[in-house]
Amino acid sequence: MHPIAETIQARFPDGFLSAQEWRGDLAVTVKREALHAIGRFLKDDPAMDCDYIVHVSSVDWPDEEERFEVVYEVYSIRHRHRIRVKTRVPEHDCYVDSLTDIWPGAEFMEREVFDMMGIRFNNHPDMRRILMPDDFPEGYPLRKDFPLQGKGWRDSFDFLNEGATS
Amino acid sequence: MAHLEDQRETIYKVDPAHPETKDLPILRTEELLLNMGPQHPATHGVLKVILDLEGERITKSTVVMGFLHRGVEKLAEHGTYHQFIPHTDRLDYVCAMYNNFAYCRAVEKLMNVTVPERAEYLRTIVAEVQRIIGHLFWLGTQALDIGAMTVFFYTFRDREILLDWFDELCGARLTTSWYRIGGVERDFTASLETKIRDFLAYFPPKIDEYVVFLEKNRIWLARTVGVAVISAEDALGYGLSGPTLRGSGVDYDLRKYESYGAYPKCEFSVPVGKNGDTYDRYWIRIEEMRESIKIIRQCMDQMPKEGPVLADVPSVTLPPKNRVFTNLESMIQQFKLFSQGFDAPPGEIYCGTEAHKGELGFYIVSTGGGNPYRLKIRSPSFIHMGAFDFMAKGYMIADAVTIFGSYDIVMGECDR
Repeated sequence: MHPIAETIQARFPDGFLSAQEWRGDLAVTVKREALHAIGRFLKDDPAMDCDYIVHVSSVDWPDEEERFEVVYEVYSIRHRHRIRVKTRVPEHDCYVDSLTDIWPGAEFMEREVFDMMGIRFNNHPDMRRILMPDDFPEGYPLRKDFPLQGKGWRDSFDFLNEGATS
Repeated sequence: MAHLEDQRETIYKVDPAHPETKDLPILRTEELLLNMGPQHPATHGVLKVILDLEGERITKSTVVMGFLHRGVEKLAEHGTYHQFIPHTDRLDYVCAMYNNFAYCRAVEKLMNVTVPERAEYLRTIVAEVQRIIGHLFWLGTQALDIGAMTVFFYTFRDREILLDWFDELCGARLTTSWYRIGGVERDFTASLETKIRDFLAYFPPKIDEYVVFLEKNRIWLARTVGVAVISAEDALGYGLSGPTLRGSGVDYDLRKYESYGAYPKCEFSVPVGKNGDTYDRYWIRIEEMRESIKIIRQCMDQMPKEGPVLADVPSVTLPPKNRVFTNLESMIQQFKLFSQGFDAPPGEIYCGTEAHKGELGFYIVSTGGGNPYRLKIRSPSFIHMGAFDFMAKGYMIADAVTIFGSYDIVMGECDR
């Protein structure tokens, strides 16, 4: 196993689930209860020193019990290593602790995850939609059960029928 | 005079709770909410920012975006890997080539495809030309936004020369789609190589010309030096990248530290700023243009004179176009790759590329089959906007424009 993954496992034996290495990328899967503590550790520990947040993303696995996966990727400028931290949440309890207090840039990235996938973040300063309109009624567009063409909201706009009636 | 006295009466009034201050004037304060955009010429697209103002100072800014959201990530899940290349043109439509490059690199990492040597050089040359175009566009529009109009005409004159090459190279100026998974679509023409050599001699004095236009302009200097300062630590925490991060003194350039293409074979330096203000970010872009010229020159000299420009991995890469029309097997290969796609191995990768705005990354999750299961675009413009509120606090309204400008924001990429 990669030494960074071993360190995380030794430090968080309860929170650590597994580590994968593929094509040179290191990904660590953790329990969501431990996500915030591991994030704090990655930022503050001098051997990790992951001061740069790369992206926050999400994946939908509709057939699995813990349906959503939240992905954080961080990078250390000093040690030049990248770590991807992943955690799973079930649909009926779709909450993760926000990492905005550790990396302030996570604010917009987490808002995008909420907007697109419907995962909420605890202690997030501004949990609103970011790309879709605030009153978007169709749910979360990047979920796998969302049709590519939408659910028909856009076809109901008044101005579309104005030309036909007059 | 009497009129002025009246005005003073309304501005200063006595606080009744403290009668002892009766003779002291108290300043009347009120918060003002100002909508900037969505149709503002300096937002480079459709972006709205709600500014809370105290006098002329910004106390808080709320960014409203998504006006250009087209669901590119959703579309990616419904097409093959090859079919997504034209979509990447429309992300950062000012610099399509670099988006193509970043995406093709990500898929090559997923598929473990090695690109032929000549193609690596061609890709690097075009990517650096694209970087110059991006910086020229940035320089012109940024200066225009903050009141220095002249340089705009000069940068666009030179940008036009480069766009004409792209026209010759692939038949399009902006939405190019020239990169392919495993290489590039076609080789340079002979006349193009001569033109590039001519440009290498023509361009460096022009950079000095732009510098003279701006650095002798006191208004422009007053509006950039010491404006929108961000420390290295904050910049990293906000995920800033590219010239915006290097302006704060962080030496982070993927071309150097996670090198790709022909960059490891070229000598170039990474300019790093000191103060983290708008002027440093400008200076870095100017220096990067000079470095790009160096890289292009080295690539032109080192490049193998002949060789394939597309990897020969029939299960992944497209057949050469001339064979598609003359050879049955190639036609079948082309048809299969576009109708079904190639069978990607299950797994996930992240691949970041140093585009001229910052780190443009693609996070691809594959479960096998011809479509990406999930494709996430890490676009620098979006992430830079996350730092806007932090950076704009305490500056004047007019500086808001300088701050967007210094990110080099393009809304097509920001909203995806």
